[in-house]
Amino acid sequence: MSLLIYGLINSVILALYTVGFSLCYGISGIANFSHGALYILSGFTAWNLLNLAGLPFYLSAVLSVIITAILGFLFYWVLLLRVRGTPLAELIVTFAAGMGLLELLTWKGFYGMRYSLPLYMKGGIEIGPVAIDYQRLFVVGTGVALVVFLWFFVHHTRVGLAFRAMAQNERTALSVGIESDWIGSLSMALGAALAAIAAMVILPLGMMESSIGLEVLIYALAVAIVGGLESTLGMIVGSFIIGFGQIAAARYIGAKWMIIVPLAAIVLVLVIKPSGIFGKFKELEERV
Amino acid sequence: MVEATVQYRRKRLDRGIKARTDTIFVIASKRDTLYLLLPRVLPVIALLILPLVLKGYWGKVVVFACMYGLLALSWDFMACCGLFSLGQALFFGMGAYIAGTLNYYFHIPPIITVPVATLGSGLLCAALLGPVVRLKGVYFAMITLMLPLLLKKMIDTTGIFGGTHGLPSLSPFPSELVATYLAVVGFLACLFIFRRVINSDYGLVLRAIRDDDRAVMSGAINIYWRKIQAVFISGAVGGFAGALMTHHFQFLGMSTFALDYSILPVAAVALGGQGTFAGAAIGSLILVPLSESLRALGGLRMAIYCGILIVSIIGLPEGIFHYMARKYHQFEKVVEVK
Amino acid sequence: MEAEPLLRVSHLKKSFGGILAAYDLSFDLKRGEFVGVIGPNGSGKTTLVNLITGFVRPDSGAVVFKGKKITGKMPYTIAGMGISRTFQMVRLFYNLPAYKNLIIPLCSSRSKNLWGGKYGERDDIAIDLLDDMGFERDSQVPYKVAGSLPHGYLKRLDLARALALRPEVLILDELFSGMSMSEVASTLPLIEKFNEEGLSIIMIEHRLRELFRVVDRVLVLNFGMKIADGAPAEVMDREEVKKAYLGIHIDLV
Repeated sequence: MSLLIYGLINSVILALYTVGFSLCYGISGIANFSHGALYILSGFTAWNLLNLAGLPFYLSAVLSVIITAILGFLFYWVLLLRVRGTPLAELIVTFAAGMGLLELLTWKGFYGMRYSLPLYMKGGIEIGPVAIDYQRLFVVGTGVALVVFLWFFVHHTRVGLAFRAMAQNERTALSVGIESDWIGSLSMALGAALAAIAAMVILPLGMMESSIGLEVLIYALAVAIVGGLESTLGMIVGSFIIGFGQIAAARYIGAKWMIIVPLAAIVLVLVIKPSGIFGKFKELEERV
Repeated sequence: MVEATVQYRRKRLDRGIKARTDTIFVIASKRDTLYLLLPRVLPVIALLILPLVLKGYWGKVVVFACMYGLLALSWDFMACCGLFSLGQALFFGMGAYIAGTLNYYFHIPPIITVPVATLGSGLLCAALLGPVVRLKGVYFAMITLMLPLLLKKMIDTTGIFGGTHGLPSLSPFPSELVATYLAVVGFLACLFIFRRVINSDYGLVLRAIRDDDRAVMSGAINIYWRKIQAVFISGAVGGFAGALMTHHFQFLGMSTFALDYSILPVAAVALGGQGTFAGAAIGSLILVPLSESLRALGGLRMAIYCGILIVSIIGLPEGIFHYMARKYHQFEKVVEVK
Repeated sequence: MEAEPLLRVSHLKKSFGGILAAYDLSFDLKRGEFVGVIGPNGSGKTTLVNLITGFVRPDSGAVVFKGKKITGKMPYTIAGMGISRTFQMVRLFYNLPAYKNLIIPLCSSRSKNLWGGKYGERDDIAIDLLDDMGFERDSQVPYKVAGSLPHGYLKRLDLARALALRPEVLILDELFSGMSMSEVASTLPLIEKFNEEGLSIIMIEHRLRELFRVVDRVLVLNFGMKIADGAPAEVMDREEVKKAYLGIHIDLV
């Protein structure tokens, strides 16, 4: 029973990591490999606002989300403008930006057991034999809300539709008047904002350090790849598979094996069925 | 009367000496011969003399430069075939671990472990990456990124081959000078061999695969097998570098799978220019001493590689080597657009 | 004695998403035959070529070549077995000299078996092949960068590339599109000669006048289905065919 609860919580956390990355890729085709770095950067920003500027937590969190979104927006204009169109260069540039950012944070001393964001919900309830704090429940709630938002936005709004048109066929969309660069930068901003929201909700659960950035990126990639990059349902299923997989590994093999699950999952999926479980991109295999 | 605005553009023309040296008659003139030979021969001679001149700390930097240079060369070779990897650390670590474990557990001397590690690394990496060479570039890059991380975590978790602490006190090379020359000669040999290969018919097929693999397939060529061969060759070269480092520093650890060994080769090639292996060589010969002189900054170095990588890709996509070659062979004239 | 057809296509079916590109396509190709494939744009002609040569996997149906099933094999395996094709959108390496384009098929194992000891002289073989195609050996043309050649030359280069493998079946996908009358007039006899020497040819074309002069048989496709299969004059007389082409009147001389 406790396995189920922890598995569920872990899966939602993983989905939260992935929502921003998935959205950005789904609506503009940009695989933003600095996603993890932006996640942890928002935590760092919030911490600074909280402790150095003395602002209340709610304000710090909101400001942090806004700042991270702006940073995502800027990333597009500074980094991706010239290399837009070659997915490989986009990957390398965003990855390098993310890594550089993480190393910068490490250099500034953002590691070790020194930094944390405060829990804003104290207390908890008991479900069966398991005691869960309100913070974790809040995480689950936020996660569900964001996934629903993602699904609704991508599939059911005009804006979402326009974005997806862009991702599928740039030339046609351009000729219909949809501006590629604007869309690209907005989707990166949105993806960054979602990463920051996830950070504000999840980070209070533990300590913050820069290595989390790489971890989050790996988790997001794992969920996206296992589930299939183009599918929201795939993202949900992927996060559950990896989420429960991790908890099971921790319970039955050893806690150290938790990080191996997403890595192995990525490798396995890419070798066996690269488009993922619900992936619609047969293009990967059939390559006409 | 309407006056059109005068527009100017830059026109590139070959220098006179370039046109003169394009034919066999170049050997008739000493100056022309030097024009061709100097840029090629000088750096090689310089690199061969360096180990005798620099000792101690900077001698080790020469070894590092050649090691990273080998990784950059192997990256460039795979890139010529259309395989862009973010995980040279896989080749490096594989070679390191093969050489290190053979030496630690079976006391086999370096003279045997290094060739075995080179070959073994090539075979193992080709086997590992074999199933994924058919994937689109982005996915291939992702897998190469993940594999070294996966292996590193597995060593960490299971504790095999020394685990987190690694294996110490491995056998060294007969002398510091031997080790350094091994690195330098290996690096130069690889540079020359790769350049020859890529200009041969075999290399032509590899380059064509990158250009248009469907067209190559219709020529009855198994592109996936060729790609696997490219991975084997690159894997062997990377493994050689890894084995070299393991014996030079007499230590084997899971840090051989670190991101550092994956990112710096990419930065070096981005800086130097992809396609001609000279670019990869120049890139690493610039970046490694640079990073060593910035050692005091610690972790900031990685941030600097990343910065250089980004600036190179965005600002100077052709790379330093192509830029310099262009300047050497051509001059620019501002010309009116008619 | 009824010989087993060289190439047998049976009931090929292929959809791309919601579009049915090929439906129940079947025909036979005997050794030495010269078959034309015609039909309006979008009727599935290129899909047929892709299905036969392995670039696209059919949803159902089979292709049998020389008695062996080749459905589902990789394109390079099928090319290695002796079926070669040209591309509608010419696929050449524009930054390489013309003759270097031929080196690539000459590096295959099929070529290794065919040329034997001479395999080492690929450059010479390439120049010879181009000479046969009308790229004069003494002129600079074979050495020019492919990207600088005019369209007609590129089409012939593509043909040379396909022939470099010495195939048994050659499939031409709109070879004459974009070629001038004189270029067609100089290339058509070459193709006829190869056919007389034993090469079986499937030719997709829109230029019906030239096509009907050389083919033994014509297949007509429409909306992914075969609507006629027979001698040119007889096929063009059919109502379905005339309807498919929406009233184009062909005068067969």
